[in-house]
Amino acid sequence: MISNFVGRVDNTFLFVITISVVFFLGLTAAMIYFVVHYHHRKHPKGENIHGSLPLELLWTVIPTILVLIIFYYGMVGYREMQSIPKDAFPVKVYGAMWKWTFEYENGLITDTLYVPAGKPVVLHLESRDVIHSFYIPAFRIKQDAVPGVPTKMWFTANEPGSYQVLCAEYCGDRHSYMLSEVRAMPQQEFDTWYASASKELPAPAPVAQAKKPAGEEKKAGEETGEGDPERGKRIVQGKGACTACHSLDGSRLVGPSFKGLFGRKETVLVDGKEQEVVVDEAYVIESIKNPSAKVVKGYQPLMPPQQLTDQEIRDVIAYLKTLK
Amino acid sequence: MASHALTHTGHGEINYLDYKGKYSGILGWIFSTDHKRIGLLYLSGVTLFFVVGIFLGLMLRLEQLTMGETVVSARTYNTLFTLHGVIMIFLIVIPAIPAVLGNFFLPIQVGAKDVAFPRLNLFSWWLYMTGAVLALVSLFTKGGFPDTGWTFYAPYNIRTTTNVPLAVFAVFILGFSSILTGLNFITTVHRLRAPGMTWFRLPLFVWALYATSWIQILATPVVGITMLLIFFERLTGVGIFDPAKGGDPILYQHLFWIYSHPAVYIMILPGMGVVTEIIPTFARRTIFGYKAIAASSLGIALAGSLVWGHHMFVSGQSYTASVVFSLLTFLVAIPTAIKVFNWVATLYKGSIHLEPPLLYALSFIFLFMIGGFTGVMLGVLSVDVHLHDTYFVVGHFHYVMFGGTMMAFIAGMHYWFPKMFGRMYNKRVATLAWALIFIGFNMLYFTMLILGFEGMPRRYYDHLPQYHSGHVVATVGSWILVLGLLIMIINLVRALKSGPKAEANPWQGTTLEWQVPSPPPHENFEEIPVVDRGPYDH
Ligand code: HEC
Ligand SMILES: [Cu+2]
Ligand SMILES: [Cu+2]
Repeated sequence: MISNFVGRVDNTFLFVITISVVFFLGLTAAMIYFVVHYHHRKHPKGENIHGSLPLELLWTVIPTILVLIIFYYGMVGYREMQSIPKDAFPVKVYGAMWKWTFEYENGLITDTLYVPAGKPVVLHLESRDVIHSFYIPAFRIKQDAVPGVPTKMWFTANEPGSYQVLCAEYCGDRHSYMLSEVRAMPQQEFDTWYASASKELPAPAPVAQAKKPAGEEKKAGEETGEGDPERGKRIVQGKGACTACHSLDGSRLVGPSFKGLFGRKETVLVDGKEQEVVVDEAYVIESIKNPSAKVVKGYQPLMPPQQLTDQEIRDVIAYLKTLK
Repeated sequence: MASHALTHTGHGEINYLDYKGKYSGILGWIFSTDHKRIGLLYLSGVTLFFVVGIFLGLMLRLEQLTMGETVVSARTYNTLFTLHGVIMIFLIVIPAIPAVLGNFFLPIQVGAKDVAFPRLNLFSWWLYMTGAVLALVSLFTKGGFPDTGWTFYAPYNIRTTTNVPLAVFAVFILGFSSILTGLNFITTVHRLRAPGMTWFRLPLFVWALYATSWIQILATPVVGITMLLIFFERLTGVGIFDPAKGGDPILYQHLFWIYSHPAVYIMILPGMGVVTEIIPTFARRTIFGYKAIAASSLGIALAGSLVWGHHMFVSGQSYTASVVFSLLTFLVAIPTAIKVFNWVATLYKGSIHLEPPLLYALSFIFLFMIGGFTGVMLGVLSVDVHLHDTYFVVGHFHYVMFGGTMMAFIAGMHYWFPKMFGRMYNKRVATLAWALIFIGFNMLYFTMLILGFEGMPRRYYDHLPQYHSGHVVATVGSWILVLGLLIMIINLVRALKSGPKAEANPWQGTTLEWQVPSPPPHENFEEIPVVDRGPYDH
């Protein structure tokens, strides 16, 4: 079975389908039989049968027992989904219009969810804007990511491979493109990948460590003291999920690209009236805090107000300045 | 409709279509307090919106015919499915049976001259039209009609730039129309029954409407208030549901479903009532298990009001809450099953006349069973985690609301048409339309059930390659279905003008409406009848 839940969910489903099909076919057959057999040409006079208490009892009691059994199976399966093993491998999942981002314990950020196969994984879901729902059909699981309400889900991927991740809660224009992938790898392969991917990590935010990142966008000497571009990069690509709508390479997504943003001259609409601006710090701060105040011409006012602290905004600005 | 040439009814009283009141022409309709005329006012509204809703549904299916953009952009698609949902639910499925058939037949079936509050009844229709017009207006205002889905989930309803306030205000108004109709029916059933019309001699259609009315009165105010809260949140920026301002998006879901799940029973109970009228008439025998059916209507209304949390199994709701809601959900299945058993048993040893109304009623049972069984599957906690918010849910509720309620409405229209208009439709064409509808329906919605199990999420503008063939089958099904529906509607509209005159009791029905002329006289009964037997004694 692809995940630990597939067997139980599918069996319960099959059990309910079997009962349903038996009743459905039985009742349909009875209906057709009666219509043919008691057709008025064959049976010119109807009999007034008012009812039968034993029958009423029978068809009250039997369905009651059946649905209680079905309920019980469903509950057992659901309880399993809610009981998260203590040793599960944790990953943070950020949902934002319209991108899933994954952050590992050591700060590593990815667009694809890499997990070790055969080991329980727990996902801590957060949403930056509206409700999304993290859905892996192949694993038979789904959990909403609700802004302001942290939620959790877990699974064990039994077979290595790639499985689709979909967003199942309607979240706007690009809802049907809010896709990602789970890649389950054998433990060893996973460990190797994890170690090598983590090598490129910047220092964690508060503690200044000496490890230098290897990102090619990095430009030495740009730190202003106000913001740290490395932390900014992690916000933009990670929990801020800005890259869901803003590219780093100049291509057009839902919003304008961040490449060459600083110092760019552009036309914006203020209350529908055109205005020329040059992108500077004040403008970016306004764009982040109150995106609909000035809307870049040619784009829809789709950017949600971002909940970033002032320090985080300074970090983001420092990072944006590096994107020449 | 004024072209009805049927004049005097033979009883010396003028029928309601020809009756001349204070006003004439169109004013004689839109200011009429006659429950039959109001029923027809609703009928014209419902038919018009139904055609619009069908067209929108057709567009949605057309968009899914190919991957990527087919006919509309993503934003338009999202608006279309929201509009489709709002129109179908608030303007059609909820009012269709109570407001059209209920208004027309409930007073006659209990032996009354009108509903208890005729002017309030007219006011309900005006509210209904006002709500409809407001929704229409929002289409052409800044931002356009919402793209939130008919559920208006927070905080998306705060974020989107579309005109949410106007649309939710329209829903608020429509809610009042529904509440007032419910109030009218309850009072009518309590106060205006003819002498001898005891509670257990009431036709089961009346019982179903009575149970429905209680839900309308008790549950609709909740959605009204919820819609107002969105309205205020959008306009004033107070944080009620938006977490960015300290609000609670889960609270919104609770409030919304506290109404919207019981609303499912507002939609289906009247349909069950219609089918319960049709089966004994065409089996020429009495109903099997009268009291069981009446009691199950009340049982469904009661239990159905306590299950809303089954829409929230993956929302982060607590484990205990989910378990309780799941258990209660299964309890609703029991009275529902009892009804189906009793309907089928009513065919036993009857003398069956397979006329179009019975065909539609039997296909109601068939489709509604699929709707019910898939509902049971969705109530299973662990299975719902997988199926929630997929096409399985879309398929399920179309089986219940379309295969159920709307099929019952169509059955009821074919059953009562000769009574309402004094004319008969072409039965062959009606049967042909039925066959097309039945085939197209299953092609469209059964495919959705399969797609949903395979993981196709709902409200997706675009679909992944593995779902493509299913979408093509469903779209082709939608064409067959719509063809059948159009033939059905045209057949009835033609019969209005040129159908042969119908007798007072073409189907040998036994309830009171079949004892007055077709169409009924202005005041229904020359003399209030005295009832001395059960409703279905053949
Ligand atoms: C849901 C999509 C979306 C997300 C997520 C998003 N933005 Fe935007 N952003 C837009 C759109 C669309 C525009 C252009 C319209 C406007 O100006 O409001 C924009 C404009 C901007 C601008 C002005 C750009 C210019 O060329 O003038 C800045 C700066 C900006 N965003 C920063 C951010 C940052 C920082 C984040 C992450 C913390 C972010 N955005 C996340 C959609 C998004
Ligand atoms: Cu989504
Ligand atoms: Cu429900």
